Amino acid sequence: MNRSAVLAPVWLWLLLFVALPVVIVAALSFSTSIPGVPPYTPLLRSPDPANYAMLTDDAFYLDAALKSLAVAGVSSVLCLLIGYPMALAIARAPDRWRPLLLLGVMLPFWTGFLLRITAWIGLLRDEGWINAALQAVGLPALRLLYTDFAMYVGVTYAYLPFMILPLYARLSRRDPALEEAAADLGADPWTAFRTVTLPLSVPGIAAGLALVFIPAMGEYVIPELLGGPGAQTIGRALWNEFFSNRDWPMAATVANALLLALLLPMVALRARQ
Amino acid sequence: MKRGRFLNLCLLLGYAFLYVPVLLLVATSFNPNRLTTVLSGFSLRWYAALWADDKLIEAALLSLRIAALSATGATALGTLAGFALARFGRFRGRGAFAALLSARLVLPDVLVGLSLLLLFVQMEQTLGWPAGRGALTITLAHVSVSLSYVAVVIEARLADAGSELEDAAMDLGASPWAAFALVTLPLLGPALLSGWLLAFTLSLDDLVVATFVSGPGASTLPMVVFSALRLGVTPELNALATVILAVVSLALGGAWLLQQRAGRAVVPGRAEA
Repeated sequence: MNRSAVLAPVWLWLLLFVALPVVIVAALSFSTSIPGVPPYTPLLRSPDPANYAMLTDDAFYLDAALKSLAVAGVSSVLCLLIGYPMALAIARAPDRWRPLLLLGVMLPFWTGFLLRITAWIGLLRDEGWINAALQAVGLPALRLLYTDFAMYVGVTYAYLPFMILPLYARLSRRDPALEEAAADLGADPWTAFRTVTLPLSVPGIAAGLALVFIPAMGEYVIPELLGGPGAQTIGRALWNEFFSNRDWPMAATVANALLLALLLPMVALRARQ
Repeated sequence: MKRGRFLNLCLLLGYAFLYVPVLLLVATSFNPNRLTTVLSGFSLRWYAALWADDKLIEAALLSLRIAALSATGATALGTLAGFALARFGRFRGRGAFAALLSARLVLPDVLVGLSLLLLFVQMEQTLGWPAGRGALTITLAHVSVSLSYVAVVIEARLADAGSELEDAAMDLGASPWAAFALVTLPLLGPALLSGWLLAFTLSLDDLVVATFVSGPGASTLPMVVFSALRLGVTPELNALATVILAVVSLALGGAWLLQQRAGRAVVPGRAEA
């Protein structure tokens, strides 16, 4: 078979729709916002780093970056704490139960992102299920929706399957003989887990953390719907620069900074290996 | 087995975390009262309202059309890409090819959305195509997002299957294209279907990328749901979520049953995704 006939359409698509857009974002970040269509000075006509100066001068962007780091960090750790025992329990379940147990993890994921957030709004709002339950037992109502707490719970809930699936893939390939050997040699279950199962599952943990952390860093929808006005993340900053302020070059600058912040650590890791 | 019990308890709590919000939402959708937590009987009032909401139905039809088109495009391109990765060995440019292909898997939605919008704007400026933005640009954007996921599914399946059958066909005189059409494609059947379904779901679920690359007049279902959510949850959205949940559960349950039956009849004991 002529290999280039297979490769050419894919290459063309990847260069046009993946590589070129990233180049345009980089070029646009050195452009200036003007009224008009399109609302920016022609690309690369007179490159101006002013947008990057703004990025470092205005504390708003640094705060947004820190907020996004907090959201991504807290929720990926929460996903790991909830997801690891679940993945391990599924991996150790009898063979015929496993597909059904996995389906149980995936089902809420297939119902749609926004509708899962809708469910949490119904739970957390002032007249929601949690407050109704609190008042039913005589406790005072709590402000839950539009808080950081709601945002952390929402992100954790939305991304939990992305943690469980790679962990399960790794844990289900484990060799039970290794744990039995540890037990035969006198290790209690906890020691066997700590010295055998856990170290062997490290690649699954890394994959799960990356799959939750990276999208959570750029998350816009959950901070917007659950987090309230104080939850200004990078994703919201980018969105508002674009849709509210109509400052496309600044949005591109924020996008470029986010891209570099995500890519550079990956490249550095790759280089060290 | 004290630890087995602990793990199963974790699994149970994990499923409770995943399902309690969804189940409460389903219960709310049948409640005639506007105050969601005051359950006052059973009613299909919100389902009637949903059925009468032309804007929502129109958006749903548009979403389904975009999802079907983009899933088909992504499956065609993703199959070529996955085939190249699984069967072409170390071809020239493989590293860059794989990196561009996986870029979509690791970039946050806001980055993908903004960069594709800028591409479409620049293309319109220089080529005059695509004129304006709407269903066409959303479809193109969704193809380039889903393509990576389909490629992963196809590559994994081909790597699993090995190339012996294709080699045998070619030894027996089949041309490479004939071997691909008569051996590889039928072998890929279930993977093609799951890749297509994955792309279809990703497209139906996408809010952020679609909002960036859409124009006036083209509102997908997630876009309409999102603008409704920003104004506060309406009971109608609970009904919509319940309908989607029912459809997805039936489809997944049916697929699982079929797979169980096929699995037993053809290759006993072999679980295949």
